[in-house]
Amino acid sequence: MATAASHCLLRLYEERHELEDYQSGVPRWCTGCGDNAILAAVQRLCRDEQLRPEKTVFISGIGCSSRFPHYMKTYGFHGIHGRALPVAEGVRMARKDLHVFVNTGDGDCCSIGAAHWVHAIRYNMNMTVFLHDNQIYGLTKMQASPTSPRGLRSNTTPRGSFLEAMQPLTVTLGVQNVSFVAQAVDWIPELLYDIVSAAYRHRGFSFIRIVQRCPEWLPSLFEPWLHDPERVRLLHHEDGIQVSPALARVYRNQEHHNPVDIDRAREIASCIDPIPVGILYRNPQVPCYEDLRATDHLRTTEFIKNGLEAEFDKFTVWPSA
Amino acid sequence: MSQSETVTPTAIAGARRPRANKTVTEIPQHVVEIISDSGEGAQRCGQSLGAVAARMGNGVWTVEIIPAEIRPPARSVAGASGNRIRLGARKVTNGGDETDLAVAFNEQVLLGRVRAGELKPGATILLESKWRDETDPRITSAYAETFEQLEAAGYRVIEIAMERECKKVVPDARKGKNMFALGMLCSIYSLDVELAEEQIGLTFRKKSREIIDSNIALLHAGYTWAEAHLDFKYQIPAAPAKEAQIVVNGNTALALGVLASGMEICAMYPITPATSASHYLADVFEKVGGVVHQAEDEIAACAFAIGASYAGKCTVTITSGPGYSLKQEAIGLAVMAEIPLVVVNVQRGGPSTGQPTKVEQGDLLTTMFGSHGDAPKVVLAASTVEDCFYSVITARKIAETFNMVVVVLTDASLATAQTPFPRPVFNEAWVAPPVDQSPVPPGTRPYDWDPDTGIARRVIPGQPGGMHTITGLAHDRDSHVAYDPDINEEGLRARSLKLAALQKTLKQPTVFGDESGELLLVGWGSTRGAIEEAVERMRAEGRKVSSLHLRFLQPLPPGINDIMNRFGKVMTIETNWSDRPEDQIIDEHNRRYSALAMLLRARYLVDVDCWTQVRGAPIKPGTICQVIRERMDG
Repeated sequence: MATAASHCLLRLYEERHELEDYQSGVPRWCTGCGDNAILAAVQRLCRDEQLRPEKTVFISGIGCSSRFPHYMKTYGFHGIHGRALPVAEGVRMARKDLHVFVNTGDGDCCSIGAAHWVHAIRYNMNMTVFLHDNQIYGLTKMQASPTSPRGLRSNTTPRGSFLEAMQPLTVTLGVQNVSFVAQAVDWIPELLYDIVSAAYRHRGFSFIRIVQRCPEWLPSLFEPWLHDPERVRLLHHEDGIQVSPALARVYRNQEHHNPVDIDRAREIASCIDPIPVGILYRNPQVPCYEDLRATDHLRTTEFIKNGLEAEFDKFTVWPSA
Repeated sequence: MSQSETVTPTAIAGARRPRANKTVTEIPQHVVEIISDSGEGAQRCGQSLGAVAARMGNGVWTVEIIPAEIRPPARSVAGASGNRIRLGARKVTNGGDETDLAVAFNEQVLLGRVRAGELKPGATILLESKWRDETDPRITSAYAETFEQLEAAGYRVIEIAMERECKKVVPDARKGKNMFALGMLCSIYSLDVELAEEQIGLTFRKKSREIIDSNIALLHAGYTWAEAHLDFKYQIPAAPAKEAQIVVNGNTALALGVLASGMEICAMYPITPATSASHYLADVFEKVGGVVHQAEDEIAACAFAIGASYAGKCTVTITSGPGYSLKQEAIGLAVMAEIPLVVVNVQRGGPSTGQPTKVEQGDLLTTMFGSHGDAPKVVLAASTVEDCFYSVITARKIAETFNMVVVVLTDASLATAQTPFPRPVFNEAWVAPPVDQSPVPPGTRPYDWDPDTGIARRVIPGQPGGMHTITGLAHDRDSHVAYDPDINEEGLRARSLKLAALQKTLKQPTVFGDESGELLLVGWGSTRGAIEEAVERMRAEGRKVSSLHLRFLQPLPPGINDIMNRFGKVMTIETNWSDRPEDQIIDEHNRRYSALAMLLRARYLVDVDCWTQVRGAPIKPGTICQVIRERMDG
């Protein structure tokens, strides 16, 4: 497929983008909502990577987290519930010159959009996907989500939810073609930023589950983890996240984990307590679907005409001479 | 075509001369069908017959007879697989009436067709007779019993030991019988055997020379046998075309339309009867730099298409009824965010899984009004195979001009019907312009709705200065989420006005027949050929009947009211359900009208009646003639 003409244009002048060049409006999330921390990390990433705002697209579904694109001064697509990933795939297929990001919640991704999630991993198209996982439906006012812990009392499970929580990391790591899986928590912004940054730099489907607090509906759910740093396990590696000395003093529960090791990554993924934080898996060798489907032809009028005429020829009955 | 000229076996070339004592009857048209168990090649025989007749200059309309199952049991009543070909002296626009001549490889598949009322009374049947000599007594008795039934019913059954004849030429006769049948039909319809040889060369061009040669030998065997043994022979006058024609079915025409339309991405999910369009497209789209994406489901296919369209490349998604239902929410998003999108719905029988391989025009209202809330979109219906090609091109143009969803309706009948139409001449205007990446002037608003037309210039990702977030939520001109009552109505108004703006550009449709009269038939989609043929026949009888065929269903073109007012009665002919007035419980207050009748009644306050049939098959012109007689005389 031909790339957009602009892809070939030279940047004739250098333009420095500051943080405010990526900020749009005042987020309407609750005070203390983990989404604010994610927004801050992502805006910092855009600034540090100097992403051109017009070449950057944030695509979301429906839910609290899916408001995200409205707060970015880039292009944005706030779509329908569960379908952010296929929309993002279409954008990516049409335009390889755009930076594609996806914001999706635990209901959006793991419930109504679960089919798309599984297949998006398999397509491995180059995009960065943030799973904002607060383990509850927030926008619709407190219903259990697939990632809610068993026994959670919500408006749809007043006597406690019945099922074990789904583990998004094990699901993701179980799908063929998985190429980048990481986990972050909103209350350690330094690591959140490092992980977001590593995800952006990975070429392929970069999936980050961000464990995120919901102060409105589940204000105390993560209290034990917040108060006890031992219940967070930092994954560090020369090819992964490096932990600063200051952070290492607080979070002493650490594991040296090589992101190429998928077997260990799967074991780590199934661990709920302590919460693993860092890069679980990375494989830059997995081909991207958009590359597999790329043709080298520039779609000139002549090229299309020739192709079409050749097809007409196959079915043509010529008049007798 | 040159390769096949060298493969004529010369030994039996003399067989091409007709039997001296045979009279050749000239006929204006004939319907012939070849039916077998699936896998016996009846379809290939039928397609080849159609191609040869088309090349000789006959009008041709070929329809596949497809069993619902992939491998139905052999010799089953429901398992008929094959082709139905209508040959004519003039251009053929529909499948015609009941079959005049049938070639059947077993009596059970034939029985299925007879029971479905597909054979004309007294029709000629060429029946494989080998079943008489089977060892299994159940088969021999079933055969004998059916044979007697058919004879008693007045059919002219000619038993032919096709397989035995084929065995004289090739070792595996079951597979070659279809070309033997083609040879017989070439004799019966006085078709050029050399052209048939060429056609075999084309059909088997990927196969070895041995296979081509043995098929040509079978063709000659069939031809020779028919020349020697059959006492009838027809000639359908042919007028060779003066211009190049292409012979494809509706789905291939549709796929060619996608190639020509300037679109470069098609997102789809397999569904009958739409999939064959995607099969062909998957094979050739890359040759013009395009991509067919088979998504994980119908919703994903639609969302993927919307994403690609949003990014600046208008995209098509091809589906059928059940898939269309699944796409509805995403289509609403494209309507709300004003993203151009082309959706093709190759209609099949419904509701639910319905009749996947059969024709029905049951989705008109769901395509017009489907998706929750007020979701105006353009709906146009292809009425011919040629139309399937051009409709996609038109759809992309409208989608991008008005930033709207355009639904193209075809159906299972057009999808599988094959007929020639003039080879399209490439037009540079078909090609999509490059994605606009120009800087957006300061102050530009992403939904700067024109106060008169509702149209806003779209801003595409990559355009500097145009950054904004589109949303399926109600939004203002800046694409900011808005719950303000005035802003909500402003958006609804703009999206609705675009349909009116498009309507202003449409031409008044042309009446087929006189501009005024006693009865006007109104149709849409694949019924066009049959309706117009019926009108022609009835006008030849002196009846004051005309017809009107609508290509645009939403918006409806101007002038329909004036046309309807010039007729005493107006009635739609459609392939969807309408309550039968003769049912005891049905009266004017509860009768459910057919889709188009309901629309016309609602819009024009005209007492439009309807006549519909939903028998899983195209409506026959003869049936419509009967309806016209009843309505005009009753």
